[in-house]
Amino acid sequence: MSAEPRLYGVLAEFEDVDSLVAAARKVREAGYTRFDAHTPFPVHGLDDAMGVQPTILPWIVLLCGLIGLGGGFLLQWWTNAVDYPFVISGKPLFGLPGAVPVAYELTILLASFGAFFGMLALNGLPKWYHPLFRVARFSRATSDRFYLVIQGSDPFFSPATPEWLASLGASAVETVPEPDEPDTPPRWFKGLTWIVTSLALLPPAMIAKARFSEMQHPRVHLVKNMDFQKKFKAQQASPLFADGRAMRPDPAGTVARGDLDPTSTLATGRNPDGSYATAYPLAVDQALIERGRERFAIYCATCHGLDGRGDSMVARRALLRQGQQGTNWVPPADLTGEAVAAQPPGRIFETISRGRNTMPGYSQQIRPRDRWAIALYLEALRQAQAGLDAPGDKDNQEEAGR
Amino acid sequence: MAEVAARELPESIKPPDLIQGGEDFTSITNTVARVAEYKPPKGWYIAFGIAVSVLGVLLAMLGYLFWKGVGIWGNNQPVAWGWPIVNFVFWVGIGHAGTLISAVLFLFRQQWRTSINRFAEAMTIFAVMCAGLFPAIHVGRPWLAYWLFPIPNQMRMWPNFRSPLLWDVFAVSTYATVSLLFWYMGMVPDLATLRDRATKKLPRLLYGVFALGWTGSNRAWHRFERAYLLLAALATPLVLSVHSVVSFDFAVAQLPGWHTTIFPPYFVAGAIFSGFAMVITLMVPARQFFGLKNLVTMRHLENMCKVIMATGMMVGYAYGVEFFIAWYSGNKYEGFVFINRALGNYAWAYWTMVTCNVLLPQVFWFRKMRRNLVVMFVIAAFVNVGMWFERFVITVTSTSRDFLPSSWHYFTPTLFDAVILLGSFGLFFTFFLLFCRFLPTVAMAEVKTVLPEAHPGHHHQPAEVER
Repeated sequence: MSAEPRLYGVLAEFEDVDSLVAAARKVREAGYTRFDAHTPFPVHGLDDAMGVQPTILPWIVLLCGLIGLGGGFLLQWWTNAVDYPFVISGKPLFGLPGAVPVAYELTILLASFGAFFGMLALNGLPKWYHPLFRVARFSRATSDRFYLVIQGSDPFFSPATPEWLASLGASAVETVPEPDEPDTPPRWFKGLTWIVTSLALLPPAMIAKARFSEMQHPRVHLVKNMDFQKKFKAQQASPLFADGRAMRPDPAGTVARGDLDPTSTLATGRNPDGSYATAYPLAVDQALIERGRERFAIYCATCHGLDGRGDSMVARRALLRQGQQGTNWVPPADLTGEAVAAQPPGRIFETISRGRNTMPGYSQQIRPRDRWAIALYLEALRQAQAGLDAPGDKDNQEEAGR
Repeated sequence: MAEVAARELPESIKPPDLIQGGEDFTSITNTVARVAEYKPPKGWYIAFGIAVSVLGVLLAMLGYLFWKGVGIWGNNQPVAWGWPIVNFVFWVGIGHAGTLISAVLFLFRQQWRTSINRFAEAMTIFAVMCAGLFPAIHVGRPWLAYWLFPIPNQMRMWPNFRSPLLWDVFAVSTYATVSLLFWYMGMVPDLATLRDRATKKLPRLLYGVFALGWTGSNRAWHRFERAYLLLAALATPLVLSVHSVVSFDFAVAQLPGWHTTIFPPYFVAGAIFSGFAMVITLMVPARQFFGLKNLVTMRHLENMCKVIMATGMMVGYAYGVEFFIAWYSGNKYEGFVFINRALGNYAWAYWTMVTCNVLLPQVFWFRKMRRNLVVMFVIAAFVNVGMWFERFVITVTSTSRDFLPSSWHYFTPTLFDAVILLGSFGLFFTFFLLFCRFLPTVAMAEVKTVLPEAHPGHHHQPAEVER
């Protein structure tokens, strides 16, 4: 075969469907296997005449669909119930009915990919070049003529094949050479393809880089309206009110919830004579310290840090950004330091209640009893860090109550 | 059975041939390919110029929206879903006819589809593009819209799969992808036709690239047909699911007027209704301009008018059932919402909807009206308007009168709402006119299969029903 002049095959043209189907049947019956018909539309009965076996495509589609179905359920279960569980309106983390729509859509999506790409792969498409494209008359194969091609590589192919094919009712028969050089895309087209492909790879490369490196700067926001919101922060001045303060004091004559006697030491942190309370106006015990620790972690630790030294993530990040975009950060006080240690409990209580410097007051969020608990916990924290016994310990009850 | 019945039909009541005017394989190729090969009529340039200008306005508006934020719209509490969601449902609904005509009618062996399916599929793709635009800009920060997809991100968070809004993301993006595959795959043999007819280098190269080297090989056709059938079988449940999932956006919320089980079938019927109306709106002028009258015959248009009337009455039935259930449930909030819908502050919108969707299509009972191009074009335009108002009525009436009377509010759109809706038509028509100009607008290979001479031994027996 290789010694002969390169021959792709022999092409026969037919005018109508009937003669094509009849010819295809004869070609098959003569024993040829490497032959094909080329038609502008699918011709029924031709598969049977040519002996085309049913395609395995439906099985590919089924497999892809099952992957979509299983993958859809797994994705929803793993993301919402395992990797990042969070409760929404008391619903279970994973429930079959709620997971059906997405799994259903993914089944169809993957099965459709299977049908489309499976069809292309089985047909050997896309293909840049085919020897038949060089035959002028073959351009009507996609319009209004029908063709039968027997390949030269067919074991039954002989020099008499073209003549025999012509006798089957073909309107024309022509041998198709195998060109020495197959057609290739023009160079500019290849170049363009390379450029587009390289550019398309850029975003995934950038994403991959971002995923495995640490950012030194905050993300760039195109629209800054979240960074600079029109609002007043704690202890700022505001022209809106007569007293010039942005934070509003409680309106005269109102009583906060649970604050029935607003003049007591429990509510103000001051003795009747106006001096700061030096003792706790409620029973000091282990439970109160625990309560203080819990409240401290919720309300105070975000800025002052869990150890009270003012070294929280918020403070660190604020220091990193100091001076950027006009920020002026006042670091949170070190609650374990000398300055705070010198303050009587009543004054600590008042600071928590009303705020100080840039710190807002917390009387709206924390109940009086809990504010005392926090003040007590601060004392315990300080002593623990200084290696002393906690004020709640039985032996030191007296000292603590000082 | 079918063959026997067809043979016994008296000549007088036999349906006319699907393709008329004595077209054969050659003339079909010429008729369709000519549209893409020669310069279009002057009207095309005018229409394209207008469409591109409107698209430009849309892009400018989107730029302003991204800069300024969604506050430029009329959306506010309690009507937090205003026109963007109305427009989204409107466009997604229109996008349903394409796949319905392609897939559902294909499975039911309705051969009249072959003349209009390519056209309707293209309409689907472009309508879904417009639909996808609106939720994306409605999220407020569209550059973060990728949070909707389960992509590992810097927050180590995943989307909430228990929300119908996320189901919607999957449904609409699957629908867009599968519709595109279905449309493109059906077009590959026709692109090969254009490739083989192309005389200039560049069109030959471009059509050649997109035709993927198709040779019309019968072994390839065998797999192609099987793939097409499978895609149709996959797309059919997909069409039904997509608008059902869109309706879940409303039906899963516990708001009177939204929280009803009729929503999924009601939305699907409405989608088919509006989609067919849009096909007529586009098809009537297009067949005139591009000389496709023998391929898209009066019979095709008449069939579509029948579908419009049938689905219009289904929608009307749903309107009625909603009122019945509001009364029958004994739920006074539900009852209030529906009385308010028909008689309250948006009664004008409600009755516009009923007139356009239920009353006007009734003229299609008359054969003369179904065959009158002007009448069907006007009615289809009214249906388009009516279906937009249906989504408006659903979205706005329920929220504007919510549980707390002190927060009741009359929704007023801003100029930006209106211009962005108008701009979405610019987007749609720009792509659609490009499609009409450069791609095969009629599925040539499929139309050829419904000609009698496409079947072996056709002179002995009537045309087979099978494709």
